[in-house]
Amino acid sequence: MKVAIASGKGGTGKTTLAVNLAAYMSESERVVLADLDVEEPNSSLFLKGEVVHKEAIYTNVPRWEKDACSNCGLCQKVCNFHAILALPAEVMVFPELCHGCYACSELCPKDALPMVARKTGELRQLNVGSFQFVEGRLDVGQEQAVPVINRTLEYLNDEFPELDTTVILDAPPGTACPVVAATREADFVILVTEPTPFGLYDLTLAVDLVRDLSKEIAVVVNRFGIGNDDVFAFCEESSIPVIARIPNDRKIAELYSRGELVYRKVPEVKRELEKIRTLIHEYSRRTVF
Amino acid sequence: MKEIVVISGKGGTGKTSVTASFAVLGGGDIVTADCDVDAADMHMLMDPDFAVSEEFMSGELAVIDHSLCSQCGKCARVCRFDAIDLVNGRFRIDPVSCEGCGYCARICPEKAISMQEQKAGDVYISTTKTDAPMVHAKLGTNAENSGRLVAKVKNEAKRIALETGRNIVLVDGSPGIGCPVVSSLSGADYIIFVTEPTVSGLHDLKRVNELRKIFDIPAGCIINKSDLNSEMAKQITDYLDQEGIQFIGNIPYDESFTKAMTNRQTIVEYDGSETGRSLSEYWKTITEQLMQGEK
Repeated sequence: MKVAIASGKGGTGKTTLAVNLAAYMSESERVVLADLDVEEPNSSLFLKGEVVHKEAIYTNVPRWEKDACSNCGLCQKVCNFHAILALPAEVMVFPELCHGCYACSELCPKDALPMVARKTGELRQLNVGSFQFVEGRLDVGQEQAVPVINRTLEYLNDEFPELDTTVILDAPPGTACPVVAATREADFVILVTEPTPFGLYDLTLAVDLVRDLSKEIAVVVNRFGIGNDDVFAFCEESSIPVIARIPNDRKIAELYSRGELVYRKVPEVKRELEKIRTLIHEYSRRTVF
Repeated sequence: MKEIVVISGKGGTGKTSVTASFAVLGGGDIVTADCDVDAADMHMLMDPDFAVSEEFMSGELAVIDHSLCSQCGKCARVCRFDAIDLVNGRFRIDPVSCEGCGYCARICPEKAISMQEQKAGDVYISTTKTDAPMVHAKLGTNAENSGRLVAKVKNEAKRIALETGRNIVLVDGSPGIGCPVVSSLSGADYIIFVTEPTVSGLHDLKRVNELRKIFDIPAGCIINKSDLNSEMAKQITDYLDQEGIQFIGNIPYDESFTKAMTNRQTIVEYDGSETGRSLSEYWKTITEQLMQGEK
């Protein structure tokens, strides 16, 4: 069972929910938490543990072999991403634009563009005591988050295939390709929002995206008490259940600011986490049987 | 003409609320660009009129003509994105997985695959409630190329500034450090970081600052919710010192931001807010020092 925690708007509390839910659920069942917000991975700031696995993440990009090249210019023609510039006597590769399709490399008549590995990120697994935590992290200066997210998901599938494990995915904000990559394998998507005009607007975008992926959605409202009721009205009209309301409380913000888990000190949060856990179990029973 | 980009690394630090406040303070003299194209919220505070709307095409998607397909399967073998599968005896392209590289179309012996141009989103050119031009966009669902849409929004804003003799382009950027952020930084004259005194705020500020250093653009920083954790706020100002980033000022934890937002207002328009007054000062400082070199 994979549960993705996403949101359109940034800073609505995705990471807070993901780490607290993982820690809470792990008190009584098997949980893995994965940070797929690879551009700004923050979950680890709230967790302490030892690193049990570490690997570099590579993407393959072409490297020009001058001596083999006949300067035919085909490589530039077949690249849809403007990652190759074929000049009369030289081929320039722009690796940060390359999507790794291999067309230039495999179609080159002289094999002058072999694909070589280029590091774009890192993956770590930490044993944080009651559960395992996996993090994908994009190297600063690299633009493409998707390959790092995909490798992290592949690692999760290999290492934690058990059906009785709940894998919680902390997704990136927004509605662009990194979010699609992070949520497409999820069985169920929880969207975290706040009851404000920005929260609502970005929620509607996120709902469109997740529905396009044919996933079931539930909403968690964070900072409940601020703003207005429009988010609740939207969820009702759209038949999306609001499964928890985390109160707007300065104490929660202060605990978060110090990197502390919130539910151990704020009983209302623990109560809301229990509701989410119950729902995940209900959903899991429905899909398995 | 000077271009100011507001970014944060972490989402939800108040980037858009601050940018919209500055846009209101800048009035008719500036052009605003909302480059957070996949969660574009600034229009809710600026009341743009959506006067000009244009489809932005970018990227392609492979489509199979089944009447021509001989089921040889070469397309599925060359696809590195697992986008082509045999479903009920037919090769099918999953539009979510297709990257639009065109490799399959190029090698299909029956020429049964064509590449169709995709709509990346819509770009709007508006006049806002302050009688200023604003360029904004809406990213299409499951659209790739958000970086190119960001570049389009920025370039339109620059063009308008040049044509109308406006001195400042104010850009609201995306969270993160990936392609939309990189795209919003190219050509910028000054970066405003908006951060918050939390472990995540500082961690993400450090990463986005490493990115800034690659571009070598001067920057300043505003600490929002500064009184939430004074020890963390101190760590941030120490970091700014060490990195040569200008400390612009603090904004206290202030729920007037949300109250103003619910009224579709920026905090500088909200009655008697201390935060609004601080933001006016910060805007004055930033623009004065930026324009000094211009004159």
